[in-house]
Amino acid sequence: MQDALFRHGTRLAAVAVGSVVLAILVALTVGAWPAIERFGVGFLGSASWNPVTEEFGALVPIYGTLVTSAIALLIAVPVSFGVALFITELAPGWLKRPVGTAIELLAAIPSIIYGMWGLFVFAPLFGEHVQPWLTERLAGLPGVGVLFDGPPMGIGVLTAGIILAVMVIPFIASVMRDVFEVVPAQLKESAYGLGATTWEVVWKVVLPYTRVGVIGGIMLGLGRALGETMAVTFVIGNAHELSASLFMPGNTISSILANEFTEAVGEIYLASLIYLGLILFGITFVVLAAAKLLLIRLGAREGRRA
Amino acid sequence: MLSPYRRRLVVNAFNLGVSVLMTLFGLFWLAWLLWTLLSQGLQWLGPHVFTASTPPPGEQGGLANAIVGSLLLTGFGVLIGAPLGLLAGTFLAEFGRASRLAAAVRFINDVLLSAPSILIGVFVYTVLVVPFGHFSGWAGAVALALIVVPVVVRTTEDMLKLVPDALREAAAALGAPYWKVVVAIVYRAALGGIMTGVLLAVARISGETAPLLFTALSNQFWSTDMSGPVANLPVVIFQFAMSPYEDWQHLAWAGALLITLAVLALNIVARVAFRRRKARQ
Repeated sequence: MQDALFRHGTRLAAVAVGSVVLAILVALTVGAWPAIERFGVGFLGSASWNPVTEEFGALVPIYGTLVTSAIALLIAVPVSFGVALFITELAPGWLKRPVGTAIELLAAIPSIIYGMWGLFVFAPLFGEHVQPWLTERLAGLPGVGVLFDGPPMGIGVLTAGIILAVMVIPFIASVMRDVFEVVPAQLKESAYGLGATTWEVVWKVVLPYTRVGVIGGIMLGLGRALGETMAVTFVIGNAHELSASLFMPGNTISSILANEFTEAVGEIYLASLIYLGLILFGITFVVLAAAKLLLIRLGAREGRRA
Repeated sequence: MLSPYRRRLVVNAFNLGVSVLMTLFGLFWLAWLLWTLLSQGLQWLGPHVFTASTPPPGEQGGLANAIVGSLLLTGFGVLIGAPLGLLAGTFLAEFGRASRLAAAVRFINDVLLSAPSILIGVFVYTVLVVPFGHFSGWAGAVALALIVVPVVVRTTEDMLKLVPDALREAAAALGAPYWKVVVAIVYRAALGGIMTGVLLAVARISGETAPLLFTALSNQFWSTDMSGPVANLPVVIFQFAMSPYEDWQHLAWAGALLITLAVLALNIVARVAFRRRKARQ
């Protein structure tokens, strides 16, 4: 009797946890319905955001979300690879744990702290010293030049991307470190035995072996970067305009929600914001699910070989 | 022109050097962040921060109401989220194991673990704020609980799986029903690990801002009434830091230092406790 109670109680809890995602999906769809009805799929391609005329579109925040996340990955992936390589292959035993813990503490610091630090400390320095330098060197280049041509204000899309990079490094690095550690020692030792250098072992043996897991880790970091809210809200400048320059202020889906949600008046305005949330939910769900599937695949391969 | 052999050695040394630099680069941000927090936070931290409530601009005040509010929200968040997570994790480790339901729940739970916390805020807003017509501490606590659940599910399952089956069989052989085996034997053996998970969950939610923006909101005054808006450190820091008033920004720095110290302390305690437990096994 108690046995059945206990089993069904725990099963109920598990089902409840599983249905949270469904509940979020339904609640967001219902909340966004007025906007879905009015703007339809055209919402995705429209760049207008005008609370007065009640014309809303998601293009600017979607663009901002994707661009900041792309910048973050561009910086974070090589750095995380370096960190994981250092911890698994280079560091002496006594150094592995402190370095690993320190990098993981980067993930523990609340995102609002990154935001404050970004706004008051990083952005002024960045605007004064780094941005003019970038403009001088890169603005003349054909093609990419326009990205770095703009007023050195400190805040903006590029700043948000860089701070996001620092925030996702620990996530990507810890997955990379974990998957690097599952590479069988015989495999690495065979390569060393053939005279390979440490770099060649990592690049030609460890990385191909763990490719799926590494990609999973990067996707996990991408999922984090796409949804990160507070740090971005502080430094991105909240402007509803599309601009080619990375120095200009912009916004992301999450920053627009943080800035405007409590102040939104009118059904359509609020519904449009929830619609944005629904889009973000869709994007991150796909990315995170893909990350999870890749990591499961690596795990399954491990299981077969063991 | 380098010989191929020398070239390989040079490439190796260069790339490994870059790897060390990248690690230093990562650590450099941590050091910079902590240094900023200490240098900015310490000078504005004083007894008034703990005794006075948040002031209007231009007046003396502290963060007492926000600190108490944060403790309330975090406490209730854990009280709601941890038991649910514990039960679900128990199902995955003890009953579900390889079943299709368990696999699905595990998958969804891992997605929830990294889902954007601001969406949790929007979700709770639509189900707990709109129907009641006002922001409330309860809505904030539920939002935080939804972040606690996946963390606790994950660690509970992992920790219960570490308990050797021989222990379960020994208890069963003595005639204990399965629920008693789980509660009296398995839970006890995995207690340290489960508590570590709960501590990490507390650390995670004590700095969360996004899910509280639309749920608990904030409150300028002393209030422990969970059915109304409740002041809390993260949202107060957000509002004060974004404000043009210098004394508000100073309080925000003091609050930021408090939160970070609390979160880092929780993390380190959880790690040390867990390591000691592992060492004993």
